[in-house]
Amino acid sequence: MRYNSDNFMKKPEHPLNGLIRKDRIPHIWCSGCGIGTVFSSCLTSIKNSGLDLNKFAMVSGIGCSGRAAGYVKLDSFHTTHGRAIPFATGLKLANTDLNVIVFSGDGDLFAIGGNHFIHAARRNMDITVICVNNFIYGMTGGQVAATTPHSAISTTTPFGNPESPFNLPLLAYASGATYVARWTMLHVRDLTESIGEALSRKGFSFIEILSPCPINYGRRNKKLPMEILKMYQENTIIKNNADPAELDIDFERGVILGKFIDKDRPTYTENYDKICRSTQNV
Amino acid sequence: MNFWRVPLDTNEIDVVHGEVHIIDDRCKGCGYCIEFCPRHILEFSLQFNAKGYHPPVVKNFKDCVNCHYCEVICPEFAIFSVEVDEPPVV
Amino acid sequence: MVKSAVLTGEYFMTGDVACAEGALAAGCRFFGGYPITPATEIAERMAQRLVDIDGTFIQMEDEIAAVASILGASWGGVKSMTATSGPGFSLMMENIGLGIITETPCVIVNVQRAGPSTGLPTQGAQGDMMQAKWGSHGDYEIIALAPSSPQEFFYQTIEAFNLSEKYRLPVLIMSDEIVGHMSEKVIIPAADEIKIVSRLGPKGRKDLFKLYAPGPGGISPMPAAGDGYNFHVTGLTHDEKGYPAMNVDTHAQMMSRLTGKIKNNLDDIIRTDSYKLDDAEFAIISYGVSSRTSMAAVDMARDLGIKAGFLRLITVWPFPDDQIRALAGDVKGMVTVEINLGQIHREILRCVEGRVPVHLVGHSGGTIIPPEDVVKMLKEAF
Repeated sequence: MRYNSDNFMKKPEHPLNGLIRKDRIPHIWCSGCGIGTVFSSCLTSIKNSGLDLNKFAMVSGIGCSGRAAGYVKLDSFHTTHGRAIPFATGLKLANTDLNVIVFSGDGDLFAIGGNHFIHAARRNMDITVICVNNFIYGMTGGQVAATTPHSAISTTTPFGNPESPFNLPLLAYASGATYVARWTMLHVRDLTESIGEALSRKGFSFIEILSPCPINYGRRNKKLPMEILKMYQENTIIKNNADPAELDIDFERGVILGKFIDKDRPTYTENYDKICRSTQNV
Repeated sequence: MNFWRVPLDTNEIDVVHGEVHIIDDRCKGCGYCIEFCPRHILEFSLQFNAKGYHPPVVKNFKDCVNCHYCEVICPEFAIFSVEVDEPPVV
Repeated sequence: MVKSAVLTGEYFMTGDVACAEGALAAGCRFFGGYPITPATEIAERMAQRLVDIDGTFIQMEDEIAAVASILGASWGGVKSMTATSGPGFSLMMENIGLGIITETPCVIVNVQRAGPSTGLPTQGAQGDMMQAKWGSHGDYEIIALAPSSPQEFFYQTIEAFNLSEKYRLPVLIMSDEIVGHMSEKVIIPAADEIKIVSRLGPKGRKDLFKLYAPGPGGISPMPAAGDGYNFHVTGLTHDEKGYPAMNVDTHAQMMSRLTGKIKNNLDDIIRTDSYKLDDAEFAIISYGVSSRTSMAAVDMARDLGIKAGFLRLITVWPFPDDQIRALAGDVKGMVTVEINLGQIHREILRCVEGRVPVHLVGHSGGTIIPPEDVVKMLKEAF
């Protein structure tokens, strides 16, 4: 029998303590939920970026992942359901010095907020969108999402999901995102590096992170959290620059991870300055 | 540690030592750090924390190589490691 | 192209254009919009003009995004606005609620047309007045102004910004197609003659800063993102620190502050105007474009020997309960004139409490109400 002794714990602090609202930890996410890992990875990337922390802002929508904004010790905004991206758009345009990160979930960003996502990507708005994809509406108790696998069980698809899910990197690519990657929360080191890369790129960056929802997805689909992580370990293939059209999620066949798109295209602000402002100065 | 082939410079490699710190009351007992520690130095403690979970506890102090994987996989900001000159003696 | 925010001079312009010029004069530097008749001209003017003065215009993908973007811009430290009409106003309700609970200054213009749904897109009405007060879910207090001419649209837009900055909430301008599309003389004064109010910023130690701790006059000072306060803003019920707090007491406290900042400052917020009301036996009460009908009706009625007077609501919300109550003691009857089937009329009935008869002259929208209808009502009803 071993215990963690008190004096042993008092020494150093957690390296991310300076970036979290310690008075709000432990957070609300369930045991085994991967959002915390993705969130922690995002904070590590922010910390490692070497950029002025006061110039970061995190914007979230509604849902489990949407609660992230409430735990980061940066300027942070917990907005309405699906509206994180347009809110972030206004914030960024009002102060282009800000590094604006949208941290939210699949339901928020791609169902209710899907229209905003494609338009921000089309405009190449200079923001980084981090999407924790847990395949389900977790906060409301496990309803089918736009990302729920075909035939999976949810409270609103008790007989199995008759619909097919989005291929999110393909959607992001087709909409015009200039940086697109996918990882799982188990691939934390790659993820941290990827978020760091996305933060350093100008333009619309999108990273999808597969993450377990043990309570509202795993439980109904007979998947223990540890089994899901093993699946992330064993049934994934890292294939950078893969064709976005091949990125449907199918764990039987193997899920492709990696950085798929990394290109340069003028941002909304650059184009606005060039096309709108300069015309006026002639 | 058992290697199927011992590297020629194995005696010259300076293995880094780490010391794992666990913030018991942040832990929700998911066990990811225990399962995915490459050196298998952690196990569930029998102790309950304030929320009723069993946080991890270090079983093999000397084997930690400060890889930080427990720290980065932890969804709870509840575990981290720091580099030390010598493995702690407990 | 003129490169000034304030186009001092005399113009012949539409209400919509005057509104845009008022916004620029008030310091608005961000417009997030979506085209809709009859408010499109405001967006068009802003798209043209904002680039001159380091502002930003963006046409968003819908009105939901438009309001989200102006809230974001406001937290970025920039005065922001959007403009729409009925169908867009319905979509905006969601984030108007977010603006209220997060105390975000911004201005939302509704150039009303006849509804419900797509209704009469090119024809005026005043049918969104109750939506302005109650359209977003939950309890709240709001400020809404109603201009009756392009000149007034100009000034009210400045006033709306000043009120929103002072009281930290979205302020609504409830105009209508008739005022929006009407061309009249608009005088834009010199910049130094325009009173501009801007939000108070926080002072003191950043680490001890509490986002919603009441400041001067009960209004919390507002930092901008990037200022180093590391604040958290949420649409959830929150405490003084801005942290979510899911309990009845915090909610009651927050709501009392949100509604209190309006209810406790009615004298500062409410603006009314009157015409020949001092000796009036019958009061006409109206707002917005219907004020023009009512003014004409007063003179026509007086020519017939009916001692009519007019009370104009410049701000419709918060409602001037006290003025209406007092008026009920001074006159023998009242007439509400509005282009709807009786919205503000109900508020007047509520305040009058049956002490004098109150009649509605209104219709379901599409055209201005002729003053003859009001005179007819005065003759027949009293």
